[in-house]
Amino acid sequence: MTVFAFIFYLFAVTTVAGGLMTVVSRNPVHSVLWLILAFLSSAGLFVTLGAEFVAMLLIIVYVGAVAVLFLFVVMMLDVDFAELKAEMTKYLPLALLIGVVVLMQLALALGVWGFADGVDGRIAAPTGDLDNTRALGLLVYDKYLLLFQLAGLILLVAMIGAIVLTLRHRVDIKRQNVLAQMYRDPAKAMELKDVKPGQGL
Amino acid sequence: MIGADIQILMPEVVLAVYAMGALMAAVYTTKDGMAPLLTWATSGLFVLLAVWIGINGQGTNAAFGGMFVDDGFARFAKITILVSAAAVLLMSESYMQQRGLLRFEYPILVALAVVGMMVMVSAGDLMALYMGLELQSLSLYVIASLRRDSVKSTEAGLKYFVLGALSSGLLLYGASLTYGFAGTTLFTGIIEATAHEPSLGLLFGLVFLIAGFAFKVSAAPFHMWTPDVYEGSPTPVTAFFATAPKVAAMALFARVVHDAFGGIVGDWQQIVAFLAVVSMFLGAIAAIGQKDIKRLMAYSSIAHMGFALMGLAAGTAFGVQAMLIYMAIYVTMNIGTFAFILGMERDGRPVTNIDSLKMYSKQQPLRALAMLVLLFSLAGVPPMVGFFGKFYVLRAAYDGGLAWLAVAGVIASVIGAFYYLRIVYFMYFGEEGEALDGKMNPVLWAFLMGSAAIMLVGVVNLFGIEPAAAAAAATLVN
Repeated sequence: MTVFAFIFYLFAVTTVAGGLMTVVSRNPVHSVLWLILAFLSSAGLFVTLGAEFVAMLLIIVYVGAVAVLFLFVVMMLDVDFAELKAEMTKYLPLALLIGVVVLMQLALALGVWGFADGVDGRIAAPTGDLDNTRALGLLVYDKYLLLFQLAGLILLVAMIGAIVLTLRHRVDIKRQNVLAQMYRDPAKAMELKDVKPGQGL
Repeated sequence: MIGADIQILMPEVVLAVYAMGALMAAVYTTKDGMAPLLTWATSGLFVLLAVWIGINGQGTNAAFGGMFVDDGFARFAKITILVSAAAVLLMSESYMQQRGLLRFEYPILVALAVVGMMVMVSAGDLMALYMGLELQSLSLYVIASLRRDSVKSTEAGLKYFVLGALSSGLLLYGASLTYGFAGTTLFTGIIEATAHEPSLGLLFGLVFLIAGFAFKVSAAPFHMWTPDVYEGSPTPVTAFFATAPKVAAMALFARVVHDAFGGIVGDWQQIVAFLAVVSMFLGAIAAIGQKDIKRLMAYSSIAHMGFALMGLAAGTAFGVQAMLIYMAIYVTMNIGTFAFILGMERDGRPVTNIDSLKMYSKQQPLRALAMLVLLFSLAGVPPMVGFFGKFYVLRAAYDGGLAWLAVAGVIASVIGAFYYLRIVYFMYFGEEGEALDGKMNPVLWAFLMGSAAIMLVGVVNLFGIEPAAAAAAATLVN
């Protein structure tokens, strides 16, 4: 086994194990930590593919931001996971049965996996002097421009949705009025009174 | 080059830019005060775009390297989607306004959902398909839970979201298996790759893809979300769910199985036939026990999707034509029926119980008659247009060598007729109960009467929809 293959299998096994433990671990905080492991090892897989830019993105965005956000949410939400789990164990035998059947079917399919003619040519990595970011830029802003813009629209919908479903305009609270703050004149806002000693106002 | 691509994509671009502009305009002005205006403007734009696509569209144009295909089939589906979305928006205005639900985001989210649907029906690539589907679904999840103070509406949104995410997962898994086999996500590439000998793995990909689509069109056995979502969402939103997204998902289904997997018809035909027969029977039998008219319409839509899938299962150009005609008729019937349901009120409150319709014919003879026509049409009783829709799909199935499916369809439609006719029985022969409010919004009234009139007058020549659908189907299947 070459060093490359060894590294690939190391990361691949870690990714799968991390994913599995995310699902089965009892403590939700542990789940998130396992998820981070899965992200990190998939970043390793990207490095083995020669896509170091994507690997770094995965670490910065997913591990650095998303997973930490998850961790906060899990810690802040007071969800009784034990109760949810108890509900789940009722259906465990059936779920296991279905899972095993699907797994066996997939093994069957992957066991006899065949590729269409000419796949190698279509999925070969581009050769030549093309660095990662440039290749990614060519894809995202040129070839897949339509998809990129549509993804932007989807994010816009997500944003509108979050606001529609959660924002409430309360009338009984004081709001910040930026313009009023900016046009505030110190001369008018403050009044100096000369109070003589021994006298009140 | 990019200019030419965008030229082809112009209707979608216009709609997306309009949605963003409207969002900005409403946020910086009177917010929800703009909502009625935006609702009318959005439906006006929908109609304009439908006319534009109908007049301007010619031939088959591919944009962005084949990722986006504008052909006769896509144009037929887009016009149906745009017109039905415009109708539903107009119907929802007064209902939403009365209940304080008319937020300015509602028409904007509907517009963005329609952009997603238009991309879906034009998708020439698995990735473009997924983007369109998600854009549509995400907007629908939000408007399903628009009435956020109601537990039922929130439950509807959440249920739709979780199950929709699951179905998207299935779809993506299927897409990745297909990509793994073919080495490309373009439909033109996939159909070339399947020309020789499809592997078992590709078949798995196909099955996962179809399972994902079946979720979206709410075909049994992937229908579980439908009754709860239909019941929990505000009624205008339910009306929207029952019309435009169904057409989009069905058109997408047809496009994928014909454009990408048209070389292996035998492999997907049996799956689609199975979905069709299960949906027809489940929709017909499960609706019998329903007391809530919105839940009943949910089961009715499951059954109707079964019939539309029957046309698709034939695997021929005539089958696609039958499916398109069926969907166009189904949407027209549903608009009328939901106009009636939206008008069901007692003391200004919406009523959805079937019992409240007892002896409706005595209070409102004209409206009861219109509803009778629509219900007969939904059931497929001969003189109405609904019968022709069923007739086309049955003939397509028979011509496609699926005689057993056609026989099953006839049996299911006889069973299904029971619950439509039961409403008719309540309206004309039941005991008198507490009366519903007499007045009805003129817009709703117009849509109810218009839809009923179409069901009667359309018998003459189906408004020329048949040659249009035939031309559309011919561009898809060749």
